[in-house]
Amino acid sequence: MRTIGVIIVFIGLWLLLSGIYKPLTVGLGVLSTLAVIFIMNRMDSIDEDHVEFHLKPLEFLLYQGWLLVEIAKANWVVTKIILSPSLPIKQHMFSVPYTQTSDLGQVIFANSITLTPGTVSVETEPGQFLVHAVAYSTDDRAALADMDRRVTACERATPA
Amino acid sequence: MVIEVISWAFMLSGSFFVIIGAVGTLRFPDFWARLHAVSITDSAGVILLFAGMCMQAGLTLITVKLIIIGVFLFITGPTATHAVANAALVSGLRPKEAEGFTGVEPEPLTKTDADPASSEQR
Repeated sequence: MRTIGVIIVFIGLWLLLSGIYKPLTVGLGVLSTLAVIFIMNRMDSIDEDHVEFHLKPLEFLLYQGWLLVEIAKANWVVTKIILSPSLPIKQHMFSVPYTQTSDLGQVIFANSITLTPGTVSVETEPGQFLVHAVAYSTDDRAALADMDRRVTACERATPA
Repeated sequence: MVIEVISWAFMLSGSFFVIIGAVGTLRFPDFWARLHAVSITDSAGVILLFAGMCMQAGLTLITVKLIIIGVFLFITGPTATHAVANAALVSGLRPKEAEGFTGVEPEPLTKTDADPASSEQR
């Protein structure tokens, strides 16, 4: 079942990216898909390492929309800092606790922190991220806690 | 015609943010601040330019490819930034804390001692 899904995704990706629908190109696409499937199955016998997506699709899409708005706002803030003659930067490194249980959720949260200009996630520690802010304000902690809550809400609770 | 105008607005504002990122890279005083200037190019610049290009291309395969590249950059961009920042932290570069903030947060300082030790053990 999983293999069939992978085949459909790979062939779809080939067709979308090549855009040439001659028998030779499509045939090459099918061949390379089969080769990838073969190699993937062989590697599976070495480690059973599967990436799992425990996300609620709708909530995740809504979160992406919210994140885009946040990125726009943060971009404007940093742009003003760059253009203002006095260059009012206030660098500060602080820790932000995270509440996501899955690896993917933590990656999404850390990447979201980095995507919004003005904050960069620097180091991951158990239970918290080190975050560097270029213009630290006391609201930053509340804003990041809010983001943390939203990412956790996208996660699907999984029994282990 | 309307789409033409909107797409050009997107592309020009995207270019504006790319230039802002470059200006910030020049104006900011040290590595850690420059990281944030580059992230403007990374987020606003890329998103706006890609939105403009998608509108120029219309509903074609090119748009699909642009969206795939955009999603890819959306994931790899921050990951690369994190890798650079993390490498700087591990190699001992510390941000200059703002006035009144020095020593308020002990975490970066404890981290300083922890990291060289763990790399020495290897």
